Amino acid sequence: MRTYTQQIAKAPLSAQFGLFVICVYVFCALFAPFITPFSETEIIADAYAPADASMWLGADNLGRDMFTRLIYGARNTVGVAFATTVLAFLIGGTIGMLSATVGGWFDQVMSRTVDILMAVPQLIFALLILSVVGTNTVSLIFVIAVLDATRVFRISRATAMNVVTLDFVEAARLRGESKLWIISREILPNISAPLIAEFGLRFCFVFLFISGLSFLGLGIQPPLAEWGGMVRENAVLITFGEYTPLLPAAAVALLTVAVNFVVDWLLHLSSGLKD
Amino acid sequence: MTQNTNDLLLDIQDLHISAFFEDEWYEIVKGINLSLKKGEVLGLIGESGAGKSTIGLAAMGYTRDGCKITKGKVLFDGLDFAQANQKERRALRTVRIAYVAQSAASSFNPAHKIIDQHCEGPIQQGAMKRKEAEANALDLYERLHLPHADTIGFRYPHQVSGGQLQRAMTAMAMACKPDLIIFDEPTTALDVTTQIEVLAAVREVVNEFNCSAIYITHDLAVVAQMAHRIMVLKHGSLVEEAPTREMLSAPKEDYTKSLWSVRTLQSEVRRVTPNEVPVVEVDNIVAGYGNVQILNNVSMKVYKGRTLAVIGESGSGKSTTARVITGLLEPSQGRILFDGQEVASDYRKRHKDDLRKVQMIYQIPDTALNPRQKIKDIIGRPVEFYLGLKGKAKEAHVRELLEMIELDPDKFMMREPRELSGGQKQRIGIARALAAEPELIICDEVTSALDQLVAAGILKLLRRLQDQMGLAYLFITHDVATVRAIADEVVVMRQGNIIEQGLRDDMFTPPHHEYTELLLSSEPEMDPDWLNRVLHERKLDAETSY
Repeated sequence: MRTYTQQIAKAPLSAQFGLFVICVYVFCALFAPFITPFSETEIIADAYAPADASMWLGADNLGRDMFTRLIYGARNTVGVAFATTVLAFLIGGTIGMLSATVGGWFDQVMSRTVDILMAVPQLIFALLILSVVGTNTVSLIFVIAVLDATRVFRISRATAMNVVTLDFVEAARLRGESKLWIISREILPNISAPLIAEFGLRFCFVFLFISGLSFLGLGIQPPLAEWGGMVRENAVLITFGEYTPLLPAAAVALLTVAVNFVVDWLLHLSSGLKD
Repeated sequence: MTQNTNDLLLDIQDLHISAFFEDEWYEIVKGINLSLKKGEVLGLIGESGAGKSTIGLAAMGYTRDGCKITKGKVLFDGLDFAQANQKERRALRTVRIAYVAQSAASSFNPAHKIIDQHCEGPIQQGAMKRKEAEANALDLYERLHLPHADTIGFRYPHQVSGGQLQRAMTAMAMACKPDLIIFDEPTTALDVTTQIEVLAAVREVVNEFNCSAIYITHDLAVVAQMAHRIMVLKHGSLVEEAPTREMLSAPKEDYTKSLWSVRTLQSEVRRVTPNEVPVVEVDNIVAGYGNVQILNNVSMKVYKGRTLAVIGESGSGKSTTARVITGLLEPSQGRILFDGQEVASDYRKRHKDDLRKVQMIYQIPDTALNPRQKIKDIIGRPVEFYLGLKGKAKEAHVRELLEMIELDPDKFMMREPRELSGGQKQRIGIARALAAEPELIICDEVTSALDQLVAAGILKLLRRLQDQMGLAYLFITHDVATVRAIADEVVVMRQGNIIEQGLRDDMFTPPHHEYTELLLSSEPEMDPDWLNRVLHERKLDAETSY
């Protein structure tokens, strides 16, 4: 068994780059208050003030430091996206594996419910529910998690189905093991590779989704810094040939690309291909 | 047979092949010399991992992904494959060299009709036009004695049986009358009664077309019927090579002799005393899936310390009977009794102690063990679950179990299943069953996925454990030799019915039921004339019955 460091050392350059970028983002998210020169909502200059020695990236539409808000954006956007994805996997993964294990009417009910949820376009569905329940961070996380759990349900059910039919699962059933044991000890370890890859991919989608919702004004609410929202707030500047609104957009793009690099590598590892 | 022509068709000289595995190159074929004359059939035998298939593929100038030829030459009719380019090699395949794989069911494309797949090769190689190829296919189906030869080609692969598919694949290989055919375990996946038909058909056509063949198998009795000459391989090296009759009558090497002796295992029959209560009894079981009824009024009893063997072709309901006993399949009629007490027919409704009493050992050791658990956890779980042992006591018990199955606890406790060989995995499966301290162990074809030597080891182990602990076995198998080695009583099943049952020795001495006779006579023997004799006898029977 090779250690993780050795595996990373042997990974392709793209995956190493992706891992590095993700580490930088996580560092920013965790230590935002220590890195940033100002506080998140502090107004320090005129609106749209140009960059100078104290404000490396200039000020935004209300005169807040762009650099500070970008770093805090990592905390808010990435944090919320991460929490949402974890929740989606807890819900979708558990029900998916349970469906595969129990089968019968439970599986039918769950699968058809998921079909119905997936039949409505996700963005429209999210907009609808969010305008009903109100747009605070908690409801945002729950709504997107439930909608995304449908996709996780599908993949975990499908992969678990392949494992459930194997003899060692039958042996565990005949032994009289509980469903919890069968799911957590017999099935989950054998489908973790595709689930981890899916986690990376799902995280990207959720993260883009939240930025998109924020751009529309329904995501993370001001004054919290959020990259999608920041693009909208500063969109006017684009007409003056300023690059400022592109910075949060670039932050979104870079992380998406980085995560995908890592996911590609993980998928390659779990597929067992040798080249 | 034109053995006396001296022209060499295939000449392999000092062949070395390496395989890439976990960052290292391993030599899997170590200097093999092989020559094959026109019209000659060469048998390659050995355990798995002996390099048989690798050599077979190398004879076509091909290596699997992750393998490479490191040294040596493969000359086919004077052409050196190493020098030839991809195009030249490809031109030879189908037309002059053909290959018949082990599992026809997984080698055919399920989305195309059989005849379309037959015609594809010859047409692509430019050897035949569509019409010619079709006529050729129909002719070959006839020669290989496929039923409904004129229409069977227009079915899809899933619409014909495994034995028929294997013959269709042989027909495909024969399409261009190749000079060399490589048979890679073509009958291993078949029942004995089907195997004999395929063997007879293959031999007839090979003789008729005067092709050379390499016949790869791990079954000596089969190769004895097919080959003129036999090469015994072990770990990629040659052990012994001799003409078939010489090899069978006077094997020289110890390894070859040990392969020979496996078939002769035999046990003493232990009779049941009157008034003994069976450990497990099934009484008049009727069961099926959906509307399809699989079992009709099946009754059988297994006694403490005895082995009941259930024998029959695939689809005869052997495994379904096991599923009914374990409670995975609820019968629509009939009772299941443990120690004379009726138990629930659904395993979910059974008491934990009843679940403990019956344990299973599975056919395919790879899927029977969770690949993500260590050996100590696989065996430790039933110990903890049923006996309530934890920590040190549990570990000590697992060690004891490992010693019982003849594996060193210090070496194996911390390993994962993928680090074990097939035979070792099967032993772990046995240990897991033993850990529950059961009364009955259901062995579902436990030796059929293993090499003969390894299988013999498993059978001996099972017998020793039975003597020590008084276990009862329900032994499901399609192999007569296995029955001879382990059974006290035998049940013969066919299409969900019990044809005959009784003490093994009574069953194996004539007179038999007609079907039992067919089953017993289909079991290949180590005599090279066996196939001729059986076919001759059956022909006589068929003629007299008109």
